[in-house]
Amino acid sequence: MTTTDTQRRIELKWVIVAVAIAAVAYLALVPLAFLLWESFFTPRSVTRAAEFTLENYRTAYGSLETVRLFVNSLQYATGSALFAFVVGTLLAWMNERTNTPLKTLFFALSLIPLIIPGVLFTVAWIFLGSPKIGILNMLLQRLFETDYVFFNVYSMWGMVWVDGLHYSPMAFLLMTAAFRSMEPALEESAMMCGAGVLQTLWRITLKLAWPAVFATLLILFVRALESFEVPALLGLPVGIHVFTSSIYQAIHEYPSQVGLACAYGVTLLVITTAGIYLQSRLTGRGGRYSTITGKGFRPRVIDLGRWRYLTAAIFVVYFLLIVALPFLVLVWSSLQKFYAPPSLAALQQLTLDPYRFIIAYPPLLPAVMNTLLVAVGSATVIMLITSVICWITVRTKLPGRWLLDMLASVPLVFPGIVLGLALLIFYLNFKVGVYGTLTILFLAYLTRFLPYGMRYNTTSMLQIHRELEESAMMSGSTWSTTFVRILLPLLKPGLIAGWIYIVIVSTRELSTSILLYSPGTEVVSVVIWELWENGQYVELSALGVMFIIGLLTLVLTAQLLGRRFGLREV
Amino acid sequence: MLKVDALCTDYTDAHGRLVHAVQEVSFEVGTGKLFTLLGPSGCGKTTTLRSIAGLERPQAGTIAVDGTVVYSSAQGVFVAPNKRSFGMVFQSYAIWPHMNVFQNAAFPLEVGSRRMTKQAIREKVMRVLHTVGLEELAGREATDLSGGQQQRLALARALAMEPRLLLLDEPLSNLDAKLRERMRFELKRLQHELGLTTVYVTHDQYEALALSHEIAVMNAGRIVQIGTPRDIYERPRDKFVADFVGSTNFIEGTVVASENCAHRYRMQTALGVLLAESASRLTSGDHALLSVRPEDIALTLNVPAGDNVCTGIVRAIVFLGEFLDFQIEAGGQMLLVRCHPTVEVVAGQTVYLQLSPEKCIVVTEPTSRWK
Repeated sequence: MTTTDTQRRIELKWVIVAVAIAAVAYLALVPLAFLLWESFFTPRSVTRAAEFTLENYRTAYGSLETVRLFVNSLQYATGSALFAFVVGTLLAWMNERTNTPLKTLFFALSLIPLIIPGVLFTVAWIFLGSPKIGILNMLLQRLFETDYVFFNVYSMWGMVWVDGLHYSPMAFLLMTAAFRSMEPALEESAMMCGAGVLQTLWRITLKLAWPAVFATLLILFVRALESFEVPALLGLPVGIHVFTSSIYQAIHEYPSQVGLACAYGVTLLVITTAGIYLQSRLTGRGGRYSTITGKGFRPRVIDLGRWRYLTAAIFVVYFLLIVALPFLVLVWSSLQKFYAPPSLAALQQLTLDPYRFIIAYPPLLPAVMNTLLVAVGSATVIMLITSVICWITVRTKLPGRWLLDMLASVPLVFPGIVLGLALLIFYLNFKVGVYGTLTILFLAYLTRFLPYGMRYNTTSMLQIHRELEESAMMSGSTWSTTFVRILLPLLKPGLIAGWIYIVIVSTRELSTSILLYSPGTEVVSVVIWELWENGQYVELSALGVMFIIGLLTLVLTAQLLGRRFGLREV
Repeated sequence: MLKVDALCTDYTDAHGRLVHAVQEVSFEVGTGKLFTLLGPSGCGKTTTLRSIAGLERPQAGTIAVDGTVVYSSAQGVFVAPNKRSFGMVFQSYAIWPHMNVFQNAAFPLEVGSRRMTKQAIREKVMRVLHTVGLEELAGREATDLSGGQQQRLALARALAMEPRLLLLDEPLSNLDAKLRERMRFELKRLQHELGLTTVYVTHDQYEALALSHEIAVMNAGRIVQIGTPRDIYERPRDKFVADFVGSTNFIEGTVVASENCAHRYRMQTALGVLLAESASRLTSGDHALLSVRPEDIALTLNVPAGDNVCTGIVRAIVFLGEFLDFQIEAGGQMLLVRCHPTVEVVAGQTVYLQLSPEKCIVVTEPTSRWK
């Protein structure tokens, strides 16, 4: 009896591993393979079979245009990453290591931009900083009585400004984590050895923070390379092309140049892969630096004296630039019949018409339903699948587990638009009834956000002591009972947090959906995009305001819930 | 009752090196006995226990309980841990934080192969909670328990399933010193009352001495000596055991002659001629290492009558409350001597030391390079 028991148990495990690997490989590798394949072949048509060709790469690399594309992309990504990093680090330092008044409030408020969808943030900054209709320009021009254009968001610097600003909270979070995980005793013992403040800063603090700094810069760089909204809305109208916007353009040209788009996509993929690889090497090696202990240290706070009012002022200005102004300008514009900059005349014209229009707008309801369906569906499936995958990678010693872990991380290197492109090609070639349905969006989100599920589940799985499972086994419980009754409840805080995060990011998602939607399967962010293309700015603003309020409510509810669930966390 | 035979476990560590975690470990535990695996960390005691539990799969050997084989490399038998019905208390207690006290203890009864009614489960759980003195706290959240209560709950959970064998993995190591002492007595009482066959793993020699019927001292994956606590303490077989269990003094010597009395030898040492005991046969001229416990050396100011007397100079005195520790230089080496705190001696004084011959034990050098 015992032998067969053993064999059945092992076989069950193997089945689960095999299914998990197959599912993840299908999601992660198939689009990648097709992207590569398509970039080397001519389009298949009714009359001609696909042939091997290097033409796509020749077109892509044969012109000076590409050199400019390359330079633009690097310039944009580097600029945006550096800007976000400097702002984020300064704020993180102010928040963690100084006695700036009201800093906890700012901490909470400065995370709001992470919720605002990129397309809305960009549109808001067009309202603020466009040379013709930008409010900031008009204010300053009136103040100094000139025609001089102070801000022009339709420029490389404008793009860097908007994108860097939007993602500075990400830098802020990453650097806050770095500051927090730094054991103060390491600095204090340097001081006890006789090192001065500056010597300590240079020889201990910065040296220890270096991996975190570099990793943060890399993440920001890769993310900026992948960003689509800012280059598409600000760059394309004035002919500043980067990879993502060029891919979009190549697809939307007539006839669409899928091969060329793939060649761009592969190039972009190579760069992001290198970046992600380097970053994971860095953070992997981070363990060597014993600063990351996961312990909560009491931070050493520097008394800034009167300077603390300056740092508080910086916080206020930052909050204005990143939350208050963009949101208010959207509110303003949403209350107009036609877009007009704020003035006394315009003030008399306030109306709720855009809201009436947008609520009655026929494509809206289906879009909201689609968004909810896809976001909730993909978040649920991802969190459940990855909880099993994480159990395999963290707990077992099965030979295939490293492969599984790697496969599940592959989507990290996909820029959203490249993933959209890859899925587009794959399901156009394999007519299994997925293309043009909501399923393709579902599969896209599943693939794209799989690594997030892995991250949340791995973190919480590592926190669950192995003995908690082993004691269930010793109590006579089977693997599946243990999983359902012990593991899932213990994973709950992480599961819920990850679920909410994925719901939020998939609700905001645009760059993948923009290539995959069809009439009838639009999601909210696509509707916003279409309104912009149609020039319906006030209606867009009304939708944007409601969208942001909806997302904020979701996040706040989630936090309240999270606190309640968090109570039982050990 | 429990029979472990020639157990071997190898694994490759993070650097790809082959580690012999457990080598040729064999022992037997009688019904109702408490058997302790004692050794420093990394000696293989926990791996042995986890192999018995079925949480780890050894490379070779046999494990049988009451004649039923639960693991045998030769027969290809491996019973899954959830089918062995052994109770286990983990070092971290592994109390599930999402359940209350009652639910924790009831879990084994709910998931086991035997179907039980709600009422039967309730009665049984309350009975085990009563046994460990937690019945008042049945409705309390598990996370609100103190360390000692968590330990009791872990024990109650292991007892609830009426295990064939109870496995304890360093169950007291997370408690503070006072509580540990109390729980030691508690465990001993429970084990005795319930008559449970128990395998206990610890690195704490006092725990092992206090609790066990029998102790196996392990080092570098092997069992070095098996014996009763008194045996292990008073007759350590090799240098490692003498050193690891309790503190001791080592004195090198050469055998001069054997005495009339069995196992007793006269030997030449740096402290002069000493009488000592050896379990194995020695012949004149053999090199030998003596072990003598600090409390087996009597310290006097006047020349005492009898054998094994030498002089020494007091170098340091440490007051430890219950006793005094003396560092005494004698014959060119430092000896640790433990006395009742009433002894009045000052540093620098010359004193007489008498080493009782039956407590001077010849130990062998360990085969491994463990220090």
